Amino acid sequence: MAKYGLLIDITKCNGCYNCFLACRDEHCGNDYPPYAAPQPYSGHFWMRMLERERGSFPKVKVAYTAVPCMHCEKATCVEQAPDGAVYRRPDGIVIIDPVKAKGHKEILSSCPYRVIYWNEELQLPQKCTLCSHLLDQGWKEPRCVEACPTGALLFGDMEDPQSELSKTLKEKPIEVLHPEYGLNPRVMYIGLPKRFIAGAVVLQDRPNECPEGVNVTLKGSKGTLSIKTDNYGDFEFEDLEENAEYSLKIEQPGYQPYEITIKTHIDIYLGDITLQK
Amino acid sequence: MSEQIFTNINNGGLLRVHVKDGKVKRIRPLVFVDDDPQSWTIEVNGKKFSPLRKSTLSTYGLADKVRLHSEDRIKYPMKRIDFNPKGERHAENRGKSGYQRISWDEALDIVAGEMKRIRKDYGPAAIASRCSSHCMYGLVGYRTSAWARFFNLIGFTDIFDNPDSWEGWHWGATHAYGFYWKNGLPEQYDLLEDALKNTDLIIHWSNDPDSVHAGYGAQESANWRLWLRDLGKKQIFIDPFCNYTSVILADKWIAPRPGTDAAMAMAIAYVWIQEGSYDNKFVETRTLGFPEFKKHILGEDDGIPKTPGWAEEICGVSQRIIVALAREWASKRTMLASGHRGEGGACRQAYATEWARLMVLLQAMQGLGKPGVNIWGTTAGAPPPIDIEFPGYSHAGINGVADKPAVNPVAQRLYRPLLPEAILNPPIHWLGEGFCGKSLEQQFIPYTYPAEDGAEIKMLYRYGGSFIGTMCDSNRWVRMYQSPKLEFVVNQSVWFDPETNHADIIFPACTNLERVDISRWSHPAGYGYDAKSAVNHAVFIYQHKCIEPLYESKSDYQIFTALSEKLGVKDEYTEGNSEEDWVKKIFNSSDLPKYISFEDFKKKGYFVAPVPENYKPTPAMRWFYEGRECDTPDAYSPTKGTDRGKGVGTFSGKIEFVSQSLSKLSPDDIERPPLPRYIPSWEGYDSPEAEKYPLQLISPHPRYSYHTHYDTHAPWLADIPGHRIVKNGYKWQVVRISPQDASLRNINNLDIIKMYNDRGAVLGIAVITERVRPGVIHSYTSSSQYDPLEPGKAGSVDRGGCVNQLTPARLLSKNAPGMAPNSCLIEIEKWEV
Repeated sequence: MAKYGLLIDITKCNGCYNCFLACRDEHCGNDYPPYAAPQPYSGHFWMRMLERERGSFPKVKVAYTAVPCMHCEKATCVEQAPDGAVYRRPDGIVIIDPVKAKGHKEILSSCPYRVIYWNEELQLPQKCTLCSHLLDQGWKEPRCVEACPTGALLFGDMEDPQSELSKTLKEKPIEVLHPEYGLNPRVMYIGLPKRFIAGAVVLQDRPNECPEGVNVTLKGSKGTLSIKTDNYGDFEFEDLEENAEYSLKIEQPGYQPYEITIKTHIDIYLGDITLQK
Repeated sequence: MSEQIFTNINNGGLLRVHVKDGKVKRIRPLVFVDDDPQSWTIEVNGKKFSPLRKSTLSTYGLADKVRLHSEDRIKYPMKRIDFNPKGERHAENRGKSGYQRISWDEALDIVAGEMKRIRKDYGPAAIASRCSSHCMYGLVGYRTSAWARFFNLIGFTDIFDNPDSWEGWHWGATHAYGFYWKNGLPEQYDLLEDALKNTDLIIHWSNDPDSVHAGYGAQESANWRLWLRDLGKKQIFIDPFCNYTSVILADKWIAPRPGTDAAMAMAIAYVWIQEGSYDNKFVETRTLGFPEFKKHILGEDDGIPKTPGWAEEICGVSQRIIVALAREWASKRTMLASGHRGEGGACRQAYATEWARLMVLLQAMQGLGKPGVNIWGTTAGAPPPIDIEFPGYSHAGINGVADKPAVNPVAQRLYRPLLPEAILNPPIHWLGEGFCGKSLEQQFIPYTYPAEDGAEIKMLYRYGGSFIGTMCDSNRWVRMYQSPKLEFVVNQSVWFDPETNHADIIFPACTNLERVDISRWSHPAGYGYDAKSAVNHAVFIYQHKCIEPLYESKSDYQIFTALSEKLGVKDEYTEGNSEEDWVKKIFNSSDLPKYISFEDFKKKGYFVAPVPENYKPTPAMRWFYEGRECDTPDAYSPTKGTDRGKGVGTFSGKIEFVSQSLSKLSPDDIERPPLPRYIPSWEGYDSPEAEKYPLQLISPHPRYSYHTHYDTHAPWLADIPGHRIVKNGYKWQVVRISPQDASLRNINNLDIIKMYNDRGAVLGIAVITERVRPGVIHSYTSSSQYDPLEPGKAGSVDRGGCVNQLTPARLLSKNAPGMAPNSCLIEIEKWEV
């Protein structure tokens, strides 16, 4: 029996929303018993794209995190739903039974990831099915995966060691959203956005040159990172811990060192930092 | 009935359309099968790169199911309620009055009757017509085909399009490196492979390839840029807006003030000249006029050295960053990602000719054509350029394969950017034929409307309704439509676009999913010859009719056939052909029959051309760099294979720092002088008007829509927060504003705000973001809805999001008649209290 998983590589995502639209195209106006009743034409986001702007002018990035149902191995929705209204297929896909779940709005709050949506018209909780109806017909991947133009979404059988998915899971550092929930999601990620600390160094007496090669050291609870400024005098530490304390030190012979303590509640761009003589 | 699967295409890419019980069930990207030919592979240092075995789609491509049945769809022929062709016409109520449903027969009778009357009283020149660009797909139904054949047959005043998406390259860069036969965009052959192998640094200057993707290129190049990143090639973005490609790929974002890019470019040249870090040999042997350019850069002619410090004052970028950028650019093999369908704001603003010319000249200083050094938008140049002979839409579709092609007998012309002035205040004059692909001289052909043998326009037949959303200062269009001088206005559209309800009669057209057609993916041919290398596979499509036309809509060919019947020229128009007959004729006119039978083609729905074996790349401009004859497959080059085959398309055959064409054709033009320079914008950060309107509005091409053809017509797109945002049940245009500018105006995130200047006022929803340079407002062009609070009143506050109500009608410069929407000063205030 296959054991399906979906791997979302955020480093390949350009935020095109094709996954979101392909999901709407597949499910809006289409009834797929016994897995899903039609998705309403608006208001539902079975494949939701979270867009987060990071940093500040002129050091800005956007992180896109596509968030479907996580198809957790320890799904709280399955545990809490009455009368088997939410169940796990043998291949691991979590399904809300569109007949048994009717009227059970409480199913929405059983999911800590908040990926279940309420269909007011049908009085039904609904969510991603990984296009089970298509997989049953022999399709190799759900619509969102097919529509992805960069291969950022990878669907496959985790039991099959030869599957592209299994190989990638072995090779790359894999993460899950909110591991602290402990629900063993079958939807996994590469490159979930963390925090960065960045800035630009300027020398007080040479304001019209970018100082390259200035030492920048960042000390955190897990160790010390050292880099040198690039040809624009810029430095950047990426993939730092969230909500952690770091101390940053900038040193250049002949100048007073610059030190600052930073908490990474958000991404930090320190702007121009002028080293004094 | 079981599910049927059809093949079709839209502006977003190749489609498979699943239909059940006559209704579209799903629309997917076309996925190739194992039997289709292998894809190409590029090998770099042992690493192999191949495209995905499917058509990627641009975002909107997947929104067609909901767009088909959109509330904006025009369902029936309609007549404006207070329009009476035999009595009062009430032109002043266009845009205000409602409509009543009428029969096709009545609608056709009115239109044909008016055409007859106007032709009889004033001659065919009194009828003008023009289509919106990119309206639909297919060589039979596209505007250059069914529409053009009809109007050429009966005779009409055609309206020249302007090269609205890349003006500066067309009116400027052509005078530095030729390529007028590509309307100013450089050749791109094999530059993907060249970049992967030889480039170290990519500088995207006013370029957002993930948004614009070479027009028809879907997301075919999205992975190219990820490959480049993964190979360790740095990417820098120069743009006042941290654009959609920049936010995922930028190693460095540099944000000059809008309108000042030319100053920054000159400062870069200054650094290179001072430090001797340019390709002296190339400059000496392949270019003309460098000594004068050098003098100007050093200030020897005007006393102003174009130093990085000088540029910093103008463009607001620290001189140390300009110096570092110049040094890095010169020290590495650098691709200037611009110029080929980058279509960024820098080429669509005051004096954009100067910036575009400087882009060419900067790369000339670095040896344009050297391995890894080129002007390459990162969106075309996929291997290999398959040259199976097949028409593009520039080949005139059905008119191109007709026994007797129709030729327009009317010589009079209009020019789209000046259409309202032409109607309201003739006479008008302008230079050039819009798309000047035949010669550099063509840009200087003087035109006057009304022409000597012409007539004033009495009837306007609009096909599509985009111009209030896409042209500048578009309240002018509202005024034009309300002029009684336009006795009769027709609009033929699929959806209600901003102009549609300014017509007297509305014809409902169907989409290309509702008729048969044929095409090659991303293949306009002609001036857009390189566009086919924007996609990774050469795919030819039989466009199946997936469903019957919805409501009472008809295909364009059917509409023009019906009109030609009423006018007594049906046989001449159709030559007895159905749409399917035309599809077959176009198929037979091509080389496709050598590869596949028509029956198999129709059954399968597409044909993928095989990659030639032992393909040998001929990178763009390498021949020029190496002093050889042009060896690229540039089929439309007028110089290739002639005694000028080693040169570019300038007068001298060299890249010209001092333009010989401008020296000869307009030597005294100080707004586009032979030697390019930075000229302060006529509506820029330091203009006197900036005191009243201190914010610079930029309105680039949208990321999640195409032209006005998607946007609110496809309501799903309004659930993409970067596109529109729904508040209180309304789909608001997103207006990006910096935290500083928002705070000065007491504006909070997601407040409804008013953008305004003396030309108009447009409402939108504020998105406070770090992605814009302070002082700059970003809001996309091409709104598909125009929703004035006072319908029919020019200048009314528009809540639809037509930001072009704010942009200036003034053209690039005195003799360069391009449009300049990105030279636009506004103020913003909170709308809701």
